[in-house]
Amino acid sequence: MLFTGIGFQLKAGEWLHVRGENGVGKTSLLRLLAGLSKPPEGSVDWSGISIEADPTSYRRELFFLGHRDALKDDLTALENVLIASALDGSAVSQDQALSALCRFGLRGRELLPVSCLSAGQKRRVILARLLLRKATLWILDEPFNALDSRAVELLSSLIAEHLASGGMAVLTSHQAIPLPNAKVLSL
Amino acid sequence: MSAFFAIIRRDLLLVFRRKSEVLTILFFFIIVTSLFPLGIGADSGLLRKIAPGIIWVAALLATILGLSRLFISDYADGTLEQMTLSPTPLVLLVGGKITAHWIVCGLPLVLLAPVIGIQFDLNSETLGTLILALLLGTPILSLIGAIGAALTLGVRGGGVLLSLLVLPLYIPVLIFGAGAVFASSVGLDVSGHFSLLAALLVLSLAFAPWATAASIRIAIE
Amino acid sequence: MYSSPRNRLMNWFSFSSPATFYPLAGKLIPLFWVLATLLGVAGLWISFFVAPADAVQGQGYRIIFVHVPASWMSMFIYMVMAAWAAIGLIFNTRLSAMMAQALAPTGALMAFLSLWTGAFWGKPMWGAWWVWDARLTSELILLFLFLGFIALQASIDDVRRADKAGAILALVGIVNVPIIYFSVKWWNTLHQGSSVSMTKAPAMAHTMLWGMLLMALCFWMYSIAIALMRVRVIILERESHSDWVKNLKALQS
Repeated sequence: MLFTGIGFQLKAGEWLHVRGENGVGKTSLLRLLAGLSKPPEGSVDWSGISIEADPTSYRRELFFLGHRDALKDDLTALENVLIASALDGSAVSQDQALSALCRFGLRGRELLPVSCLSAGQKRRVILARLLLRKATLWILDEPFNALDSRAVELLSSLIAEHLASGGMAVLTSHQAIPLPNAKVLSL
Repeated sequence: MSAFFAIIRRDLLLVFRRKSEVLTILFFFIIVTSLFPLGIGADSGLLRKIAPGIIWVAALLATILGLSRLFISDYADGTLEQMTLSPTPLVLLVGGKITAHWIVCGLPLVLLAPVIGIQFDLNSETLGTLILALLLGTPILSLIGAIGAALTLGVRGGGVLLSLLVLPLYIPVLIFGAGAVFASSVGLDVSGHFSLLAALLVLSLAFAPWATAASIRIAIE
Repeated sequence: MYSSPRNRLMNWFSFSSPATFYPLAGKLIPLFWVLATLLGVAGLWISFFVAPADAVQGQGYRIIFVHVPASWMSMFIYMVMAAWAAIGLIFNTRLSAMMAQALAPTGALMAFLSLWTGAFWGKPMWGAWWVWDARLTSELILLFLFLGFIALQASIDDVRRADKAGAILALVGIVNVPIIYFSVKWWNTLHQGSSVSMTKAPAMAHTMLWGMLLMALCFWMYSIAIALMRVRVIILERESHSDWVKNLKALQS
């Protein structure tokens, strides 16, 4: 058993910084919040309803990013973004996908297989997905890993925009994150 | 529904970029069926009699070989996890993956089987029955096999364990499928066999995607 | 968790916790061993001394008194195991899953015993150690289903995942068992005709039925006793980190 007695509330425009040493259970907590695993006791509620009662609506509003990239190495960056949005039931046009990839500095690399991209570039593809998905709640596990300083800036401003327009986020990170309205949970 | 076709497209695209995986399964099918005459002897009467069984067993084994790749790469790179979190029902996405798997692993067996049937000196009517029986049977194999593939995701001894779990469940398909071809080869009526195969197909279409989706969620936990 | 003696009878749910079930199982085990022994002695006595020799098969048929009860038990245990596994999956209770895990080896043993005694019956009757009879073949497949369940649970390190995966496999198996039996029977009549069949057992004299029934009950009691013993071991293994197990070990040493 990793942790007990955890409770918090998150409102629109707020974000939660989950802190703690390695191995203390940050990832497990985030996976619980995403609904990937169930807590033995307690519940995760979205708009007052348990996420187990109506998982589909919750998933529509959720974007979860774990440690793995969730990209297919054999597909191009553009294909990955287009297909991921199609699978989520909210298909985007090729132009939208291209401009998102461009915003994150991948112009000229959209048609390369992802296996040819560096770790940092792969993460930027995911940022493009994040932008296009338009989810309300972002649960991101160590999102700043493997990003260079420019990409860190891009992600921070993206999250700030998201919060400003009423979104929510739950992040774990070893770094200090320069964003306002932080709630902190130390495990 | 568009997500269903999107995932079929995706999986076919991925296979297209790495053709080697599919071809090995087809070669396995051909080699295994060729081993039997070498092991038993070239008595064409005997071979004609045992051909339905051999072709079907080889089809089962070839399908099992292809099953371990059904979910494993998506599991490894995290895309499977994203599918469980998608607003699209996981059952739909699983159904799409199984369909793509059948197109890649099952359909080629159906197309290749008559060639092998000729090697065993089956007449044209029997060959027709063979194609039809495999057409009904191979989707059942993909559906039931998907449950096994999902249960053994990332587990030690995966491939062999998968065979142990899935082969007993394949036995009814083998019995009715090979039985249909054998009956046709001796001029008996095949409608009973085909109705039973069709019933199994309907049953597996109804249950297997749900069992597979549940198993995937358990594996992702 | 603790209930007063007055309403303990009504509070069955308290026993769904491994901690409270452990001592209860411990008390019940000797009872079931005694029942198994009594029923076994009675059953064997009837099987070997009271039931008449068969007109056609002579004395050799008596192995049926082990073969048939073993077959019945193997099927029964599979159903009970699947039921426990399903309860564990739906209600997320640990003890139900442990019971399913405890039953599997005994079920496999019963299936194996059925096959083994089937061979000993077949050899003097039809001159072959194995015949592709519908019932024997289905029994063989049932053994594979048990072994598959055990192998799957043994291969998964995470205990809760092993429980749930095993439950799904057992439920898929339960749906398949009638289908497999039907298809094998169908295959058998198609290919073998009526030459060999263990379903054509000798016409049952009254005493023969009693013998089989008593042996079946004996096997049932035995299975319960063994399953309870096994589940206690499983409980200790899984709950080894908890206080009540640590206290138990402290008391014993």
